[in-house]
Amino acid sequence: MSEMSEKIMRASGSGRLAVAKTYKLFIGGAFPRSESGRVYAVTDTKDRTLANAPRGTRKDARDAVAAARRAFPGWSGATAYNRGQVLYRIAEMLEARRDEFAAEVGAAEGIGRGKASAAVDAAVDRWVWYAGWTDKLAQVAGGANPVAGPYANWSTPEPTGVVAVLAPRTSSLLGLTGVLAPVVATGNTAVVLAAEKAPLPALAFAEVLAVSDVPAGVVNILSGPVAEVAPWLAAHQDVNAIDLAGASHTAGLASVRDLEIAAADNLKRVLRPDAKEPDWAADPGVDRMLAFTETRTVWHPTGT
Amino acid sequence: MTTPGRAFAYAPAPESRSAADIAPSYGLFVDGRFAEAADGATLKTVNPATEEVLSEVAVGGEADVDRAVKAARKAFKAWSALPGAERAKYLFRIARLIQEHARELAVLETLDNGKPIRESRDVDLPLVAAHFFHHAGWADKLAYAGFGPNPRPLGVAGQVIPWNFPLLMLAWKIAPALATGNTVVLKPAETTPLTALRFAEICVEAGLPPGVVNIVTGAGATGRAVVAHPDVDKIAFTGSTPVGKEIIRTVAGTGRRLTLELGGKAANIVYDDAALDSAIEGIVNGVFFNQGQVCCAGSRLLVQESVADEVVAMLTRRLGTLRLGDPLDKNTDIGAINSAAQLDRVKALAAAGDDEGAERWTAPCAIPAKGFWFPPTVFTGVTQAHRIAREEIFGPVLSVLTFRTPAEAVEKANNTPYGLSAGVWTEKGAKALWTAQRLRAGVVWTNTFNRFDPASPFGGFKESGFGREGGRHGLGAYLNV
Repeated sequence: MSEMSEKIMRASGSGRLAVAKTYKLFIGGAFPRSESGRVYAVTDTKDRTLANAPRGTRKDARDAVAAARRAFPGWSGATAYNRGQVLYRIAEMLEARRDEFAAEVGAAEGIGRGKASAAVDAAVDRWVWYAGWTDKLAQVAGGANPVAGPYANWSTPEPTGVVAVLAPRTSSLLGLTGVLAPVVATGNTAVVLAAEKAPLPALAFAEVLAVSDVPAGVVNILSGPVAEVAPWLAAHQDVNAIDLAGASHTAGLASVRDLEIAAADNLKRVLRPDAKEPDWAADPGVDRMLAFTETRTVWHPTGT
Repeated sequence: MTTPGRAFAYAPAPESRSAADIAPSYGLFVDGRFAEAADGATLKTVNPATEEVLSEVAVGGEADVDRAVKAARKAFKAWSALPGAERAKYLFRIARLIQEHARELAVLETLDNGKPIRESRDVDLPLVAAHFFHHAGWADKLAYAGFGPNPRPLGVAGQVIPWNFPLLMLAWKIAPALATGNTVVLKPAETTPLTALRFAEICVEAGLPPGVVNIVTGAGATGRAVVAHPDVDKIAFTGSTPVGKEIIRTVAGTGRRLTLELGGKAANIVYDDAALDSAIEGIVNGVFFNQGQVCCAGSRLLVQESVADEVVAMLTRRLGTLRLGDPLDKNTDIGAINSAAQLDRVKALAAAGDDEGAERWTAPCAIPAKGFWFPPTVFTGVTQAHRIAREEIFGPVLSVLTFRTPAEAVEKANNTPYGLSAGVWTEKGAKALWTAQRLRAGVVWTNTFNRFDPASPFGGFKESGFGREGGRHGLGAYLNV
């Protein structure tokens, strides 16, 4: 059994024993344990136990997809202005808990307080950035098409639907933000599988989402082994797209190739992973937003 | 052919078959030259209206595909390095040559495909020329297309196209690929290779450098060889959803780029406040255009219950006036089904409609003794569970369903794995927009149907595929962005 980390053991100066947290899944706006009753030990980079994380299952994944599907009409139908404010509210709530998340990220990624704080700040700023995109993307990616005939013809980017996201493996909060925010900014709903080895910041982030006016089911967060959970998400017939950011390029159940093949059954949109994890602090551009939108073109005759 | 109650008949007005020359046999077009297939394999292409053999065409094998990919790879360096303005001029030349050869190409298309000359002449060919003309203008403006200041081509594009619009689908694929600096290996459909081969000659006439466009004819195995070739950087496919899924599985894990334009089962929604005469014309165009062999065909008519009887009566009356027969006759509305195999599929699905309890109505028209024909057919009493309401038929078969409220119309329209196109008919603008916003389809036509334009993105939601063709959205599929 691995040594317990300071995070669990830490006591106040008065010798008080800390209250350790039971981390839970986030599905449909609620915080259930895994239906399996299983957990797995999450350790820090020095192999000391940080906490137990729920070991999500196929059933948990299905529940999360069902919740995301239920939330889709409302979220995709909300005005872009409204979605922008909800995303900004996430930044507000995260800002207020910067210290807590710096500790979470530092423990999860094995980085110093300064680096961890910078990552949290960058995540806050990234939510603010995406909050501002919700009502602008259609003007950048859509438009009027000058067709050769008496028609009004215009194209708009529309959300794809339920998007499964395999969160990046190393960047536990900033990376998570980098893949989750573009999905929900564009009106999709999300089922996120947290980084397998560093899931605690993502599970704690669910507590931020829960108080951020994000409608239940818009974001659902699971934890568990990628090899075990990802194939069910890739094969799920009611998932419209999948971001393979956190999929392993190495062989195994959850290899990129196998997940792409599983995703073929219902023509999921697949965002393939980069060869190595990108710099999540860099300007992300609009590619991730556009990866989960469909262009809808409407024609209408003109005349008198 | 006579129709009861018709005031007068039309005299035949046949287009001259002699407008198109057809050689007895064709090779593959690789590296600017025609050559036999390495193993000498051939297939025959027939006129589906007469079952007459038109020509014998080489069947490309893996070695031929490899040769074509190598030629395209070799040509890529110079073609992609050419200033955009120069590439543009080649494309403008091709557009003009297509316009000059339009009559010949229309006749050739009608002979090989079976579609009415009225459609190949008035729809296909003008759009083919327009696609090259439109994309020619992009070649020197890519930096302004919104993909960053210096978008680069991907390399060699492998393109596999269907038989329903042989030359138009070629134009949709080749024009953007060349404009963006890619070179191509294109595999036309097994049953309709002739206009692609004539296009190869036009490339030579335009002085296009060898290897920039390669045409490898053949059937499914040839297409699979193109898709699986490791030195192809991008796959563009238009065809059936099952084949699209097979292609994803082939390309999985390779990182090669992919766009798919797949099947559809479009809903054509008619509200009770629609201008019904216009709607009837739209319904007819929606599902009987090109014998219904259109991926975006409006094959599910969703009509508001209060006007359903009236609409069906008007529709069947109108369908009684359609003329089925010789595709080369300029009066012909409904041509031949493209192949015996496709006719069998249409017949089988129509039979499923009978078996599952829908009521079949068939337009009263005489069927020619030879060739592959299916008369305009309407099924009423269709429910959402019926196969004819769920599966793509790709033939002149319309399934009629009803609804009561706008919300029900939207729900039924979206109740399909497909999401390519949809139609809405209402005189109320607010209702038209409300409906269009809720339809999960890549193209929504309100108070019109089957409109296409190279400046307008086209492509699907859900199992109708991904990626767009046309406009600046289509360019992104051929750029390394």
